[in-house]
Order: sequence, then C-alpha cells, then structure tokens
Amino acid sequence: MYVAVKGGEAAIANAHRLLAETRRGDTAVPELSVAQIREQMALLVDRVMTEGSLHDPDLAALALKQARGDLIEAVFLVRAYRTTLPRFGASEPVETGAMSLRRRISATYKDLPGGQVLGPTFDYTHRLIDFALAAEGEAPVAAESEPLPDAAHAPRVTDLLGQDGLIEPSAPDDGTPPGDLTREPLDFPADRALRLQALARGDEGFVLALGYSTQRGYGRTHPFVGEIRVGTVAVEFVPEELGFPVPLGEIDLTECQMVNQFHGSAEVPPQFTRGYGLAFGQSERKAMAMALVDRALRAEELGEPLGAPAQDQEFVLAHCDALQATGFVEHLKLPHYVDFQAELELVLRLRAEHAARNAAPAMKEAAE
Amino acid sequence: MPDPNPAARQPEAPKVASPELTARRAVMALCGEARPEELRRALTRLGATDAVEDLRPPETGLVMTRGRIGGDGRPFNLGEATVTRAAVRLGGGETGFAYHLGRDRAKARLAATLDALWQQPERREAVEAALAPVAARRAEERMAAARRIAATRVNFFTMARGED
Repeated sequence: MYVAVKGGEAAIANAHRLLAETRRGDTAVPELSVAQIREQMALLVDRVMTEGSLHDPDLAALALKQARGDLIEAVFLVRAYRTTLPRFGASEPVETGAMSLRRRISATYKDLPGGQVLGPTFDYTHRLIDFALAAEGEAPVAAESEPLPDAAHAPRVTDLLGQDGLIEPSAPDDGTPPGDLTREPLDFPADRALRLQALARGDEGFVLALGYSTQRGYGRTHPFVGEIRVGTVAVEFVPEELGFPVPLGEIDLTECQMVNQFHGSAEVPPQFTRGYGLAFGQSERKAMAMALVDRALRAEELGEPLGAPAQDQEFVLAHCDALQATGFVEHLKLPHYVDFQAELELVLRLRAEHAARNAAPAMKEAAE
Repeated sequence: MPDPNPAARQPEAPKVASPELTARRAVMALCGEARPEELRRALTRLGATDAVEDLRPPETGLVMTRGRIGGDGRPFNLGEATVTRAAVRLGGGETGFAYHLGRDRAKARLAATLDALWQQPERREAVEAALAPVAARRAEERMAAARRIAATRVNFFTMARGED
C-alpha cells in the first residue's frame, strides 16, 4: 500500500548537492574529462552502450562520470536519455562478414583465410599489476608490419563450415521486421530475434553466469568458439524522403559464433549448430556468454532434454535486464512505512496468539 | 556461402545503384567521417555563397541498429544509436540531406549543405576535391591501423610431430 507523505525536500536537495561534491572527489586531483573516460575506460564505455542499448560513446562516458563509475546507474541514465529522443527508424542489418577487423580469432581452425589476428587483447598477458602505469609517461608505440594480401578478406568461419553443409544454415530473412521489446512488452514464448535483443542488452554478469552454468552441466551444449571478431562495420539507414541507404557512419562491434554439437534427428543429419552473440564495442566476454545462452535457449527447438535454468526463456529473459533487476531490488529501500506497520501489527497479533496457546496447556495442567 | 534466397534479403533497398547514387553516397560517407572543422574548411574552399535555408532544422534522434542472427540470417534489433539529421535547400532549389551517428547538429547541417552543393552538376567535382583531404586523412589512419593490427597476426609453426 502506498500513501502519499510529504517531507524531506530539503534533505533530498542537500543530499544531491553532497553527491555532486562527492562525485568530484579531492579537488587537489585533476578532474576527469568525458573524453578521457571515452578514450581510457573504453571497455567500460562499450559495456554501458551495450547494456544501455544505445550506441553513443560520448554519452556513455558522460553517464559514467555522472554515475561516479556505477555501471548500472550509467545504464539507467543512458536508457532514460533515449526516451527523450524520436525514433527515425531501423538501420539496414549490419554486414559483419565485411567487418574491418581489429581482432579475429578461431578456436576451431588454425589456418583461415584472413588469418588469426590477436589485436589489442588481455589474452596471454600475465595479469601482473603494472606499476609503471601508476607513473605518468609516454605510452609505448605498437609494432607494425605489412598487412598480408588476404587481410581484408576474412570470411566467417561459419560460412566456411556452411559450404560443406556441416553446420546448420541461418534461418533466412523472409522480410518480416523483427520484434522490438522496447516497443512491445516481451511476450512468451519469444522468438530468437527477440531473445537476442534481450540478451544483447542483458547484464553481462547474469548472462555470463548462465553461460557458465551450461558449461558446468546445467544444459550442456558442447560449444567451440568458431570465431570471435572485433572491428568496425558501416551502418546504413534508408530515410523515407531519400529512398536509398544513407551511410550513417561506422560502429565498433564484437561478434561471437559459437559452434555446437548436434546429434541430428529423424529429419536432420548430424551437423553443427550455432549460438550467436553480438555487442557494441569490444565486448568479448559478453558476446561469448550471449552466444552460449542463445544456443541453450534453442534446446526445445532442437529437441534436447530440458530442465536447466539457461534453457528456460522466461527465467532468462525476465531476469537478464540489469535495469529492471536493480529497479525492483532497489525499490525496497524506499519508504514502506505503511506496509511495514501492517506487517508489524500482524506479527504482534500472531505472537499474542502464540503466547496464549502456550500458556493455555500450562493453566490446564495447573488446574488439574 | 551461396545465398539461398538473395531476393528476400533486403526487400526495400534498391540493390542496383546508379553511378550517380554511388558517388553521392561516397560523399555522404566522407562527410560522416569528417571532423566538423574539416567540413567548414571544405565549404570555405568551395567559396559557395548560396543562400542556405533549413528544410528541417538539425535534429537528434535514434536509429535502431539491426544485426542478423548468425551474422547472415534473419534480422534482429541489437540496440539503438544516436543519429543527427539535417535537411537544407539552396537558393537554386537543390535539397541536401545528412544523417550521421552521434549528436553533432552543426556538423549535420554542414554536411547537408555539401550534399546540396554536390547536386549542382557544375559544382560536383569541386565538392569532391574539397573533401579530398578528409579521404586522404581517413585512408592514412586506416592504413596505420591495418599495419598495427597486421603485426598481431599469428604465424603458426609446428614445433615437432610425434609420428615421425
């Protein structure tokens, strides 16, 4: 039960002023600029864009500054901002096969057209704290070499497998526009396009844990990383007044193609199946976890035994959004004085009844 | 991989672009990649004194970015992107448009003006020449990035084989 109460305006206003001062921290330390956050906390910015479901690096960086680095609070700010803007439409689907690659690795094939390209990665680092970074100095310069002729032509690993029919083909585009959960509330069962939209904006930690659970036996999918690619793709949009695709610019994306075992069925010969992950920026862990969960959520479609949490789309999709989750969890800290008063009275009454019941047999004994 | 049903791929978008449309799209792409000051410099270089009227004042909105399931299948909604658009009309009646990722309204208006100027046949070459420095800068940046990335390409070699 909610009852309107007044009070606390001055405390709230002053708390926000205190927040602003606290956000700045020690004024003897130089203030962070939004550009510094965008350039030097780039992976955090990518995560805010992915989970905020809004590509705009400067805005994500500003949200992080305002949120004092609180990821979910920054996502909240970005999501709130998007509600103030009109929707011009939807882009043409991006062509990840034509991605200008910054990184591309495969765990299934050593030799690939276009090669294995590590790019800027934490992989194979020793994870030792680098105290040199605590001292200011020039950044080391990256090594260079001549790109090989095939560097610009890196077909997807799944396309290579598909040539021999060893992997299921993707469901073809029949021209129906995909559902959009920002326009229509999510309804179950949700099709794969909607599931991917929900997972793409889902909390990385939650999706990661679910993906991990499938590896530990809760809905096994026998995954291999067919490919992870990170790089830029061109985004195009067809404005009504022009009627042709206009280049909007380039965005950074991370794509993960998970290749999974499938024993086949009466109709389908044994072949590999796919789990798919796509995220803004360099968001490898997210794209991988998303691909694992995407594949797990296809268990029913593929006639696999059910029962694991990661296979339950209502469980996964209804709980993967960090903003929804935090909204419901954090609302508990708002005043619930009246609810609690009711609960308190109930407990007091039950306790009185309990005490009376315990006292009654004793009195009966004493009377005998 | 051969496309099983190419006709069903992109139902609305015209697939056969005229050379003129290809050239216009290239100029639009270049304007999108340009810094605001580069567009200002290009306009100064063109010395265009045409009256520029706002057909639609620059406006920031959203475009839902779509991907494809599996990279090549049915589309799905990945997430939105901020996009700023502008539309202008020149004294001669040419209309120019710009749609760019991000929130730079002034830049979108500059790009829409260049798009309109490009549509004057006698100015076309001059507009492309004025944007040539942007193309050169971007090509240089792309090459530098490609060289750094190429240095991280893995060279496998077999250490020893057990069966010999």
